[in-house]
Amino acid sequence: MAAVHGDVHGHEHDEHHPSGMMRWITTTNHKDIGSMYLWFSFAMFMVGGTLAMGIRAELFQPGIQILEPELFNQFTTLHGLIMVFGAIMPAFVGFANWQVPMMIGAPDMAFARMNNWSFWLLPVAATLLISSFFVPGGAAAGGWTFYPPLSTQGGLGVDLMIFSVHILGASSIMGSINIITTILNMRAPGMTLMKMPMFVWTWLITAYLLVLVMPVLAGVVTMLLTDRHFGTSFFNAAGGGDPVMFQHIFWFFGHPEVYIMILPAFGIVSEIIPTFSRKPLFGYSSMVYATASIAILSCVVWAHHMFTAGMPTVGQLFFMYATMLIAVPTGVKVFNWTATMWRGSMTFETPMLFAIGFIFLFVVGGFSGVICAIVPIDIQVQDTYYVIAHFHYVLVSGALFALFAGVYYWLPKWTGRMYNETLGKAHFWLSMIFFNVTFFVQHFLGLAGMPRRIPDYNIQFADFNMVSSIGAFGFGLTQLLFFYIVINCIRSGEKASQKQWDGATTLEWTHLPTPAPYHSFEKPPIIK
Amino acid sequence: MSQESGHYYVPAPSTYPIIGSTAILFMGSGAALTMNKMETGYWLLAIGFTILVYMLFKWFGTVARESESGKYDTQVDKSFRWGMSWFIFTEVMFFCAFFGALFYMRNLSIPWLTEESTVLGNSFWSTFDGKWPTAGPGTHDPFTPMGAWGLPAFNTLLLLTSGVTCTLAHWALKANNRSGLKNWLLATIVLGATFLGCQAYEYVHAYQDLNLMLTSGAYGSTFFMLTGFHGFHVTVGTIMLIVIWFRCVAGHFTPEKHFGFEGVAWYWHFVDVVWLGLFVFVYLM
Repeated sequence: MAAVHGDVHGHEHDEHHPSGMMRWITTTNHKDIGSMYLWFSFAMFMVGGTLAMGIRAELFQPGIQILEPELFNQFTTLHGLIMVFGAIMPAFVGFANWQVPMMIGAPDMAFARMNNWSFWLLPVAATLLISSFFVPGGAAAGGWTFYPPLSTQGGLGVDLMIFSVHILGASSIMGSINIITTILNMRAPGMTLMKMPMFVWTWLITAYLLVLVMPVLAGVVTMLLTDRHFGTSFFNAAGGGDPVMFQHIFWFFGHPEVYIMILPAFGIVSEIIPTFSRKPLFGYSSMVYATASIAILSCVVWAHHMFTAGMPTVGQLFFMYATMLIAVPTGVKVFNWTATMWRGSMTFETPMLFAIGFIFLFVVGGFSGVICAIVPIDIQVQDTYYVIAHFHYVLVSGALFALFAGVYYWLPKWTGRMYNETLGKAHFWLSMIFFNVTFFVQHFLGLAGMPRRIPDYNIQFADFNMVSSIGAFGFGLTQLLFFYIVINCIRSGEKASQKQWDGATTLEWTHLPTPAPYHSFEKPPIIK
Repeated sequence: MSQESGHYYVPAPSTYPIIGSTAILFMGSGAALTMNKMETGYWLLAIGFTILVYMLFKWFGTVARESESGKYDTQVDKSFRWGMSWFIFTEVMFFCAFFGALFYMRNLSIPWLTEESTVLGNSFWSTFDGKWPTAGPGTHDPFTPMGAWGLPAFNTLLLLTSGVTCTLAHWALKANNRSGLKNWLLATIVLGATFLGCQAYEYVHAYQDLNLMLTSGAYGSTFFMLTGFHGFHVTVGTIMLIVIWFRCVAGHFTPEKHFGFEGVAWYWHFVDVVWLGLFVFVYLM
């Protein structure tokens, strides 16, 4: 075959690749692997979302109706773990896989086989994590942060969670080393660092954060494991250890982790806003420096999660001011996005709607973050629904909205077909409304003192909880619409053109046909 | 059959990753069951480990063959260098977590537990002086700490010497002195293995003579976890050196292109440096 048609069909050798399931299991292609990451994260989004629906159903009314307290705790714990490690992080890695080689003019990722392994470790980790629901004693129930001494108790489920976290960490480390190497070593000639698209920049910095903190998470869960089973005393005061030490080490990982989940979102939004404003990104270099500043600062603010755990006043002051300082580079970013839109020829297709929704709601979450950073206020709102509202504003309307924006933005390039614009807009508006119905009222609940991770509550919180639950059910159902839109686009969308968005300037739109070919750049493009 | 894209070598579809994932599935579930004293766990662990060793053997074998057949150009070589550097960096961060735990306990949490401390507001353990090394206020099983100037100092000498022999092997490789390469590499392996033997002897000594155990509170936890993970890394490093030695015997590597050798050498120097940290902060101070 290849000998006869080789010259005519440049990609004839593709036919020798395994087909069916084996194609996906053995693939070394960054697009295949990117797609698997995205579908996996969507499946996990559905699992984590189902848990969230369970939580909100229980909280619909005061009293215990559906979930016994033990099971409720398992739901909140696994909801957090699955959404963070199973849905949001893999989704961004999926974007990196699809987009980074195309945006820097590379043929593929630097380590294509390892790329496959970093994906295929995820289903293994998810299997361990989800199966822990069905073992004696049930899943881990000490919250997604698994603080000891709660997590030094518990049974098999906690161990499954610990090993699952180890595997997720290994996957993330392999993925991030791959991304760093690809970006540093495989850019097209002429693409200097300061000419890279913002999305690539944000992923480079995110990957650095990952190699910095994921090993520390592996270390701390290892300590937890040996404390549980081998008699060490890391988190046991009788042996000279300290449960608060767990919190320090965990949040040394955990705070950069929240930026790991938001920096690539910044990157996606920084691609979409200029495209639909038909203007170059305002203040590109300041965006780069702001991203780097956020990443560096994120490593020295971890103890703001622990103001009530006991720490010297000097420590509280340092962590308070350092945390508030992050608002400065973040403000630079918001300013730049706004300035990019200023006097642009703006249109409001679905990606742009999600990007603008992102800016509005992320700013709300950012402000409540600054409020939480203030020690005296934080001591009041610690472990209340105010904190829940805060981080869902940055993670759902921040990270998740940016993911939606990115999917709508790049779907035409990935599939060669357009999604249904009307349905896309409906998805945006329904998400926007239901999201705020769900989470805005939680600010009030938190300020009034409703604690998180409790299945029952005082009757005074009943109304807002019912509102929040209705919003959550609506938000959950709306995401089925998203699933339909994507499937509909893949199966029967209208053909998309090479440069579906006329304002797009990055390589995948300007240099590659639609849909993007299996191999991105056989020969690297020359960047002037 | 590779995806021949431009000049950069992109490997063909491969079954190694899914074999590795299968191994990890067995090992993860096996370890969790083993920890909870369930018999099946040991079997799962053993099966998983066997599959993992098989996979690593095959995968690295393939990489070595690809390298020797000239599939890797200088850009691929550079990728390997970036990849290995950042992998070693993640290892450093892993050790940082344990060193951090050591510093935290010694400087913060143990002083907070002593009678003079006002941090806790009252004194749960009024007789606890918090003097390092300690097993904490709640354990009453006396132990003798590990001295620094006996075996550990000898171990330091062994590892530092092995760093030198490793570099001599590298110089020999660059000078195309193949017998020098093999001999110095062999010396490095022998030194590494001797270190491991001494370390094993030290552990036996700790358990049998010093009553120093993993359960000996803060000191025991940090001592055994830090030296244990280091010992594990030396074991991995020694295995890597042995593999490289066999590759040298088989005539692999040229004075110009030998990343496989260099990557292992970097790793060896990394375990060396970690040991210096251990010697100072765990044994000496």
